[in-house]
Amino acid sequence: MSGYVRRAWSVVWKDLLSERRSKESVNTLVFFSLLLLFVFQFSLGPDRARVETALPGLLWLGFLLAGLLAFGRTFLVERENDCWEGLILAPGDKSAIYLGKLVGNVLLMAVVEAVLVLLFALFFSLDFTSVLPGLVLVLALGTLGLAAVGTLFGAITAQLRARELLFPVLLLPAAVPVLLASVSATQTVLLGEPLAQAAPWLKLLGAADLVYLVVGVLTFEFVLEA
Amino acid sequence: MIATGPDAVREHTPPPASDLVVEAAHLRKTYGPTPALEDVSLSLGSGTGLTLLGPNGTGKTTLLRILGTLLRPTSGSLRIAGRDALKEPSAVRGAIDMVGHGTWIYEDLTAIENLRFWSAMGGHDATRPRLLGALESVELDTVAERRARTFSAGMKRRLALARVLLGRGRLLLLDEPFTGLDRAGRKWLGEFLMSFKARGGALVVATHSFDAGLGVADRVAILAGGRIALDRPTAALGHDELRRLYDDLALGSGSAS
Repeated sequence: MSGYVRRAWSVVWKDLLSERRSKESVNTLVFFSLLLLFVFQFSLGPDRARVETALPGLLWLGFLLAGLLAFGRTFLVERENDCWEGLILAPGDKSAIYLGKLVGNVLLMAVVEAVLVLLFALFFSLDFTSVLPGLVLVLALGTLGLAAVGTLFGAITAQLRARELLFPVLLLPAAVPVLLASVSATQTVLLGEPLAQAAPWLKLLGAADLVYLVVGVLTFEFVLEA
Repeated sequence: MIATGPDAVREHTPPPASDLVVEAAHLRKTYGPTPALEDVSLSLGSGTGLTLLGPNGTGKTTLLRILGTLLRPTSGSLRIAGRDALKEPSAVRGAIDMVGHGTWIYEDLTAIENLRFWSAMGGHDATRPRLLGALESVELDTVAERRARTFSAGMKRRLALARVLLGRGRLLLLDEPFTGLDRAGRKWLGEFLMSFKARGGALVVATHSFDAGLGVADRVAILAGGRIALDRPTAALGHDELRRLYDDLALGSGSAS
């Protein structure tokens, strides 16, 4: 295993192991998703047509709010006991740390999204099985973009006193292209239309993912040392 | 008692490329309008140790962080292991090991998992026997699988030192390393630091402990008001004389040559 991959994998392993033991993020996010679902169901009522129209937006609103909680915490663990200093002094390309954190966030979001989709299906009596492959593709692309920009801004704001305020203020405008494309592509998929219909949105999503990934990889070293 | 010597697990340190490990000239650091360091120059060769003494707030930690490339000075120059540490910090970081105020410990990982992570990040051999050997050296092998969250402050300090054992640094920076250690731990740390110097490593220790600081260093420097008020070989200083000078320079307003 190359040094770069080994360092990135070590960050993934460390974060997932810590999360598995503390369960801080997963428990908070799943409970938060449950509360969100109650609010949605209460506000939308039993009208199935309204639910289906609003569903793509509601799904991504849930993912975004869960992401705001999850990504903002990503680097807080590095502040404890000054582990951040160790990461700065670690030799090699620092973007390995960014990629490790990103993979950890994507996996965490995958768990939360799976729970949220399942809860949506239960709460609103929806059947996603026929559209599952397309939905998974859109969720994967959307989550990657959201996590790529969220991980970077999580690192930028982790050292700031007003991070709870600044993180969403920075993240939300930057995430607009990903959210717009994700909601539109999800709508196409949930309507049962062919995936080709969502191609323009998927292309935008892919391009946004690529841009955020490249920006994250290229700038992370400066962010870490700032 | 310490079960295994510190040399047992530390990787072989390559022969020094340059005899001077640290060359700092006219370092100055200000935080806004407040000066933290003023015109600090020092050099440190292979196999030597420097103890930094000084009251709180005189710039010891700031100086250590600058030497560790964690902080950029406002002005001045710094070379570590022959390379410009301000222009190419990433090139010299492989030569630096550090135990600062923070221990770099992840509380939800076990002792051995913490070492495995930092070994991997440093590009070192992270095999279990080697990690256990480091833990044995600091008497933590029996709690290798316990989460760090359950450790006392002294045990965490030992775990941080076990991490240093696994490194390959030529420059070791320690901020109050004796804090939280019992007698056996202090003795072991003293032995480890002496063996680190004997292998050609350079050592900077910031401490309030006169005895421990004098025991491991070849030179002692007193920082007062962000300046090095005194820099002398420890061989030329007795404990009482050092205390007198410290009281005069750091706590009083005088100056000594």
